[in-house]
Order: sequence, then C-alpha cells, then structure tokens
Amino acid sequence: MRVSGPLVEVEGVEGLSMLELITVGPQRIIAETVAIVGNKATLQAYEYTGGLKAGDVAAATGDELSGLMGPGLLGQVFDGLMRPLSSAPMWLTPERSGSLADPVVLAREWTFNPTAVAGTNVSPGDILGTVPESGSVEHRVLVPAGVFGELSWLAQESRVRGVDPIAVVAGTSVTLAEPSPIRRARPFRSRNTDAVPLHTGQRVLDLMFPVARGAAATVPGGFGTGKTMMLQQIAKWSDADVIVYVGCGERGNEMADVLAGLSQLEDARTGGKLIDRTVIIANTSNMPMMAREASIFTGITVAEYYRDMGYDVVVIADSTSRWAEALREFANRNGDLPAEEGYPANLSSELASFYERAGRVTTLGGQTASVTVIGAVSPPGGDMTEPVTTDSQRFVRSLWMLDRDLAYSRHYPAVSWTGSFARDAEELGAWHAANGRPDWAARRERAIALLAESDRLAELAEIIGSSSLPAQERVLLLGGRLLRDGVLMQNALNANDAFCSTGKAAALLDLVLDVVDACQRLIERGVSATTIEQVDLGPVLRAREECGPADAAAVRARGVEFLMELETLK
Amino acid sequence: MMDLRGASPGQGEAAAPAPAVRFAPQVSHGDIRELRGPLLVVGGVHGVGWDEFATVDMARGECRHGLVLEVDHDLATLQVLESTDGMSLEGIRIRFDGRPLHVQVGTEWLGRVCNGRGEPLDGGPPVTGTATLPVSGWPLNPVYRDPPQEPVLTGISVIDGLATLVRGQKLPIFSVPGLPHLTLATQIAAQATAGGQTFRVVFAAMGLTHADIAYVRDRLEERSAGGELTLLLNAADDPVIERILTPRIALTIAEHLAYTEGHDVLVIMSDMTSYAEAVREVSAARREIPARRGYPGYLYSDLATLYERCGRVKGRDGSVTIVPVLTMPGGDITHPVPDLTGYITEGQIVLSQDVAARGIYPPVDVLSSLSRLMRSGAGKGRTREDHLDVAAQVLAALARARQATELAELVGEAALSETDRSYIKYRTLVEEGLFDQGRDEVRSLADTLDRAWAALAALPKQELTMLSTALLEKYLPKGDDGE
Ligand SMILES: Nc1ncnc2c1ncn2[C@@H]1O[C@H](COP(=O)(O)OP(=O)(O)OP(=O)(O)O)[C@@H](O)[C@H]1O
Ligand SMILES: [Mg+2]
Repeated sequence: MRVSGPLVEVEGVEGLSMLELITVGPQRIIAETVAIVGNKATLQAYEYTGGLKAGDVAAATGDELSGLMGPGLLGQVFDGLMRPLSSAPMWLTPERSGSLADPVVLAREWTFNPTAVAGTNVSPGDILGTVPESGSVEHRVLVPAGVFGELSWLAQESRVRGVDPIAVVAGTSVTLAEPSPIRRARPFRSRNTDAVPLHTGQRVLDLMFPVARGAAATVPGGFGTGKTMMLQQIAKWSDADVIVYVGCGERGNEMADVLAGLSQLEDARTGGKLIDRTVIIANTSNMPMMAREASIFTGITVAEYYRDMGYDVVVIADSTSRWAEALREFANRNGDLPAEEGYPANLSSELASFYERAGRVTTLGGQTASVTVIGAVSPPGGDMTEPVTTDSQRFVRSLWMLDRDLAYSRHYPAVSWTGSFARDAEELGAWHAANGRPDWAARRERAIALLAESDRLAELAEIIGSSSLPAQERVLLLGGRLLRDGVLMQNALNANDAFCSTGKAAALLDLVLDVVDACQRLIERGVSATTIEQVDLGPVLRAREECGPADAAAVRARGVEFLMELETLK
Repeated sequence: MMDLRGASPGQGEAAAPAPAVRFAPQVSHGDIRELRGPLLVVGGVHGVGWDEFATVDMARGECRHGLVLEVDHDLATLQVLESTDGMSLEGIRIRFDGRPLHVQVGTEWLGRVCNGRGEPLDGGPPVTGTATLPVSGWPLNPVYRDPPQEPVLTGISVIDGLATLVRGQKLPIFSVPGLPHLTLATQIAAQATAGGQTFRVVFAAMGLTHADIAYVRDRLEERSAGGELTLLLNAADDPVIERILTPRIALTIAEHLAYTEGHDVLVIMSDMTSYAEAVREVSAARREIPARRGYPGYLYSDLATLYERCGRVKGRDGSVTIVPVLTMPGGDITHPVPDLTGYITEGQIVLSQDVAARGIYPPVDVLSSLSRLMRSGAGKGRTREDHLDVAAQVLAALARARQATELAELVGEAALSETDRSYIKYRTLVEEGLFDQGRDEVRSLADTLDRAWAALAALPKQELTMLSTALLEKYLPKGDDGE
C-alpha cells in the first residue's frame, strides 16, 4: 500500500471494477477505485488518511458511490457523499466514516399514501404514491427506471421506513428510498428544445442576461465580486420548485448563513419556508478534498431525482473551481501528465459531464421538468483566461461575468454588461412576446445600446471633461448612470430590492428610458445640459428600494410625477 | 527540550526528555535512503502512518522533528522541520510517534512566550495542559456553526466604521513590506472588545524579524502580563519548515480556549506569506507540479484548513476570530497568497502605499477593503441604525471624489463643476477627520460615525442618494458649513 494524501494504492484486491467503493484501514475510510493495473488499484480516498499504514486492510464493497434518495432530503444538510450532517457530531473526524447509510435516516418512518391502483400495468416514472413532508413540495414515489409490468401489490396508507417495500411490480420489489449512483445521469424520455425563462428575481439577469429553464449558466468572478451573494439570491428568489445548493470547497460560515437565511424566509408562492424546498450539500474548504469532487455530482443527482417527480429544479454549485482543484490535486498525485496550469487534460470533458446534466426534459413519467445548473467559477488572480473559466464558457448558455471594478465601486450585482452573454435571449424574447410582453426584446436592446454608448462617452469625458461634450451626449451619459444605479444595481440587503418581479423590473427600465427621452426633448427645446444635470434624481434612483418588490404600479406613478416635473424645466 | 506534549520540565538543550504520552513502542530506524531539501526518506519502516510525527536523533544528542508526507511500502518520506542541514545518510535514527502531531492545550498557554514549535522562550517550564489534541484539528460540522453577528469594536475608525470586524470572522490585513501592518494588527489585539469584553489573544509570528518581534512583545506587554496573551514566535532566522506548524499549534490552542474554556479568542498570524513560502519549499522538494508561481495546487485547501478554524459554535460561549497578516510580494493583490487568502476569508483590509504617502495612519485603502460579515454585525440592533448606510455613502462618495481629483489634475480645479469641487473638499475632510488616527487612540463607535457625518456634510444634499430622508434629518449636521 502507498499513501499520499487522498491517493491510496492497494495491492492484491481481486475482482475490483472501476468506480467501485473500497473501505481502507481500521477506520474503514471510504475510497473509490479510479485505476486498475494488474492486481494494483489506485483509490481516491474521501476522508483524511492520517495514520493509514502499509499493511492496513482494504475491503471491496461491490457498490458504486451512491446517494440514498427518498423522502426527508428537503430542508436538510448533507456532506459531499450524501451523509446527513444534521445527525453528525460537532467535529467531523474520520471515525464516522464506515457505512454511507446513516442509521438515523434509515430508522425514520414516513406516511405513504398510495395513489396508483394495484392490478394495473405500470411503467418507469409512473407515480405509485406520495409522502407528505413538512413543506409544500409533494414527494412522489415513482416506478424506478427499468421496472415494467403489473403492479401486483401496493402498500396501504401506512407508516414505512426508507428500506421498506411499498410495491411489487412484475415480481420486482420497490422500496420507498433508493440508492442512486451519483456519476450516472438518471434517465429521462427526451430533451425539450423550447426556451422558457427561469425568473431569478435579479434584474440584471432577468432583463439583460436571462437564463432558460434547463439551461446552464456560469458565474466567474474574482474574490469578493459577489458570486456567492448572487447564487444565494437565486436560491432564495428564483421561481423553481426545488433548489439544490452545493457548497463546494467554500466557507462554513456561508453554509450556516444559507441555512439560517432560508429557514427564516417565507416562500411567497406557497406560504411555507424557503428551506422546505431546498437541499443543501455542504463540503466546506476544510473538509476532505475528494468529497468536494463528489459533492457536485451528488448535488446534480438529487436534482435529477426531483426532476423525475416533475419539478423544475435549480442546482447551484459554489464553486466549481474548488471541484476542479480537487481533480487537479488527485491527478497530480497520481502522476498524470498535466495540461494547462497543472490541470489534467480531461478537465473540459469533466466540466462537460457536469454541465451537460442540465436540461429541460420529458421525464420517464411523461411530465415536463427541468434541471438548471448554475456554477460559480473562482479564477486565480481574477484571470478570466484561466482554464476553468474558459472551458466552462463553452458548455453554458448564459455567462454572468463579474467585474472587479464594479464590485470595488460597490455596484452589486457586479455583472459586467460587456463580458456577459445569454445565448437564449432571442428565444426567451419570443416567449415573453407570446406571454403578454411584446416589448421585452426591444427594451433589452435599447438598454444594451444605452450602456454601450454611455461607456464610450464616459471614456471620452475622462479625457476632455464632460462639460465639453454636446448636450445630447451629456444626457446619454446621465442616462447610463440612471440605468446602472437605478435598474441594474440591486441591493440584496434591502427588503424591497432583494427580489424584483418581472413587472417592477420592466417598470424601472421604462422609467429610466422615458426620462432619457424626456431629457432629449428638453435639450431640443433649448434647456441646457447643466440645468438637467442639476435635477435631483433621487426619486428615480431610490424607486427600486422604496417601491415594494412587486409594485410596478408605484414605480409607474413615480415616473408620471417625475416626468411632469421635468417638463416644467426651462 | 522539544516535546509538545510537555514532559520533564526545564532541561536545557542537551537531553531529549521522555514524552508523557506514548502510544506505540518506539522503534528507531536508521536506514536513511535520501536527503533532499527539507525531505528525508527512510527505509525499512513498517506500520508507519501518513502524517505521523517523528523525532530525528542526530549525533551528539541533537534532535530534530519531522512529519510523514508519504508512505510507500517500507519507505517513509519525512519533512524535517528544522531542515536537513548538516545531516548525512549515516548516524541518524528516526523514532516514529505512532500518530499525527498532538499538543497539550489549556489555559496554561496564556501569559506564555514560546517558539514556533511551542517550546518555551520565557525561561518557564514546558507548557502542560488539560487535554491533548492533534494540531491539524478537525473540520467543524457546518450545521453546528452559528453565523457570526456581534460586532467587534477595535476603536479604529476605518475598521469599525467601514469594515466592521465580527466575532468569529476571519479578516486578513493585506500589506506591503514597509507599511505599518504589524502596528495595526497589534493595535487591534490591544484594543478589541466584543460586548464590552476583551479578547484572549494568540499571536503566531512566522518569519518576523527580531525587531518586529520585539515590537509586538513590547506593545502587547500589558496583555501578556495580564495572562491574556500567548505568543508563538518563529523568527526570520528560525527554521523555515517549522512555520508550517506554528499557525496549527496556535489554532489548536485557540479552539480549546474558545469552545472548551468559553473565551473570545483573537488569533493573529503574521506573516502568512512566509508561511506559504515554507509550504512551497516542501512542495518544490517533492517535485510536485506547481499551479501558479511555483505554489502547489493545494495551497488553497491548505490555507483553508487554517482560516476555517475561526467561528462560533451553537450553544457554546467562546469564539475564534482570525486576523491573518500578509505582505503582498510586489504589492500585487493577484499574487497567489493574497488571492487565495481573499477567496477564503470574509473580506480583507488592504493597506496601500499611496494612502500612507498622504500621511494617513492606518493607511487603509478603504475602497478595496471590505468586511463581508459587516452586514450581519452592524446596523440596527447591532451598532447603530445609520451605520450601514453611512458606510456605503462614505465609500461611494470617496470613489466619486477620487474621480474628481483625477479630473482636477487634468483640467485644473477651476474647470470643475461646483459639485466636483465639493467632492474634493469632502475627501480632505474624511481623510483627516475619519481615516487618520493615532496609533494608540481608541475611538468610540459614536465618535466614528459622527466624524463620517461631519465629512458628508460637505456634499450637496442631493448627492447623498444612499441615505434616506429620515436619516439625513436625524444625523446630518445642520448649521451648513457647505460653502
Ligand atoms: N447584491 C448585493 N447587494 C449588497 N451587497 C453585495 C451584493 N453582492 C455582493 N455584495 C457584497 O460583496 C461581498 C462579497 O460577495 P460574495 O461573498 O458573494 O463574493 P464571492 O464572489 O462569492 O467571493 P469569494 O470568491 O471569495 O467567495 C458581500 O459580502 C457583500 O458585502
Ligand atoms: Mg463566494
């Protein structure tokens, strides 16, 4: 046996297969088989390997790394290997390794309400029954993939544990909970191609760089540029049914913060608590590095599990860079040939295997459901040309690039309007048009043009001073400021501003565009640019914080009043 | 001499005392195969575990210490803390401890001055304790964490006012050689209180000059005499690899003082750049594939296992607050050490040469500084209702004032608009009135906030868009000195 950090090489374990789990040493540390040469196997250990010695025993388990999927996931916190942290001790020592199945979870009883009819024929994805949980998300028990035929027995309404059978289909017994291998995508019937927006409640995203349900998005940004805040806002306010929040190699305090924050916030759509639609996977930076690598796949498997029940799910991964670093660390110890910056050559295919599990699909049961994947990237030195950032961009539909200068000037969310993209914007514009918002696309285009124009003028003004610009251009400069500060900026700490409805976002943008138009008319009438620049813009800039989160009418009323006052300028 | 588990007290340099705790019978190994940089490879060993602690006995009774980095069949690779200088393949015996390095913890550490491995430098007996813990610590279950939310008052305006430190936070100071980062760190250590209570301070020095160490000892003399301070000192000319242990010992002591003894503990670690260089040296000797600038790819995780040891635990009294200090090589914030630190810590306090050149102490570049936990530790119910908004306004106005200054340099102050001129005036007021402060001046928070308001009063009211009308009415100084 050879041990170097998380890399363990063992000899003489017969009949191992790739990805098979092995336990090593007296503490039965869990490790995964990643290479087999003759009777030697290379293992990736999921715990601190301190004290592991040559001569320690290794035992194959016959299983692949799997998460136990069943009722009781929502509102809970798990580690990267899907072991509940709520029932784990204060200090996470390797003593708790051994078995992945948690006795507390296994012993818990649930009420099973049958909904299918015994004696009928069923196929994969059909609903057998439901299990009430504390929140509003109905837990649906499905016929597993690969199981067809007559439902010969279905449990009555009863109290059952996860391991208990609740149905027999063509001789196969179906249990309430099922282990799901995390590295394999759960099957579905087909991918859908139409684009439907995910409403995130963040204006800069919903207005400028929208994301479709089932698409993938990535958020690269240097430290402190606001990735985590943005992802937490999406976890809180997006209109998905279920959120899976993966804290991958990030801070413990942040996980505590997500947990506390979501437990307090009400879900406006259901009246429950937001935590009841959320599963948290926490593998903080000081927890064993390789479980970090697994946590991303654990998260996406949980998401697929809820997708299969017919829900729209969002998986948030903060940060995929820490996951990539775990890959690199292991590859380096394994002596793999490094490609760029020490990352293994298969980095981009690994990233693809994660992002490609996003999708809006028809499930085996025939429902339309989705997994949207949103991953943060933490580029070293804020360098946007590093491999994880550039590779991720190839696999996503939306890129939300965070800009350090914007963040330093406290412009949050610091989404760069020049560096970001939304590949589905056109299709989503069509969706908005078909759903009563025919002007969505045109408004977006005007906003993008105004930002570009005012950026250009600002550069010019830096050289010659803004007072030397023509009046019309000074108004555009002002318009750019209004758009940035009054619409794109969004204060996550303000109760009115943290979330923004589609209507309020449109009203705020209209307000700014109307003000720009009105100012141009004033200039034409001979009013000086200096006079316009001295107008108190407070009512426009403060509208986002002073009008309720969904109060488009209040914004419009404010606009009418402000424009009337503008008209009186001479 | 060296025994971190504390053993026979007060025996000079000559004898290696028998440790108090011993798990495995000690077999000694002499088959040294390789010496390379800080690494030593020993053969013929069986039953040695990864990360195990070992003692290296050399000729003439000298002994050094090592940690197992890799075990491969009967070969074990050790990193030698005191370096391999003067070693040869013959005449060395290795004794393995049977477990990773442990340290005795307890309140005995308070008031003590030790070297970077925890051996007394103050002439006292080796430190003993009430429990023995591994120095690497264990990850704290995130479910047990209590989100930090009580403000720490340092009496320093730029910090309390604009980047409030919170109990259980990790907030580093980024600096460049020559700036008074140690002065600032020791001022925080000397003055900080939370809820009116002072902190226990554990100070880990790594690679500091003797002059710096003397300054720290002198400045914190009072805290030391009061039994509120532990000093772990690895000087610039002390063994480099030993620096890898120093912060771990400090944090192990701190965790115990916090979560078992119920104290609020402040851990100051300086200089983290020297620490990271020691990690790099070991990595280079192992011929590992470097990520950036020769630093190993695991530096992020390595630093995280230190910084993440801060926090508060549900249902327990104490807390660990960490203030790492690091010097940015070449003043470059994208250098791996500040960069990876910034990715782990909850904000940063950045010192800048430019600010120092303007004669301001502490020379904090407030626009690039940030306390991420300030939002939960300041404001209504924590400090004062106007705190967060005032801080935001001070920063926004300062950003604008800098632009105005730059423009003035180009086109001349006379060509500026009246508004821009008021920003330039604001800048002078805020720098002199709020940012600049004495090296042992303690300011109350109310004083700090009032100074901020006084500076903001130089701006036309419609510029203060981040402050609500209600706050403006309540706090903005009247008696208009705007002209
Ligand atoms: N929408 C927002 N509203 C108000 N403040 C914000 C917002 N977004 C970010 N911030 C501020 O920026 C700080 C840093 O944000 P965040 O923690 O999300 O950065 P990050 O990009 O995740 O950094 P790291 O990579 O180090 O984790 C926050 O603590 C907060 O002070
Ligand atoms: Mg973050």
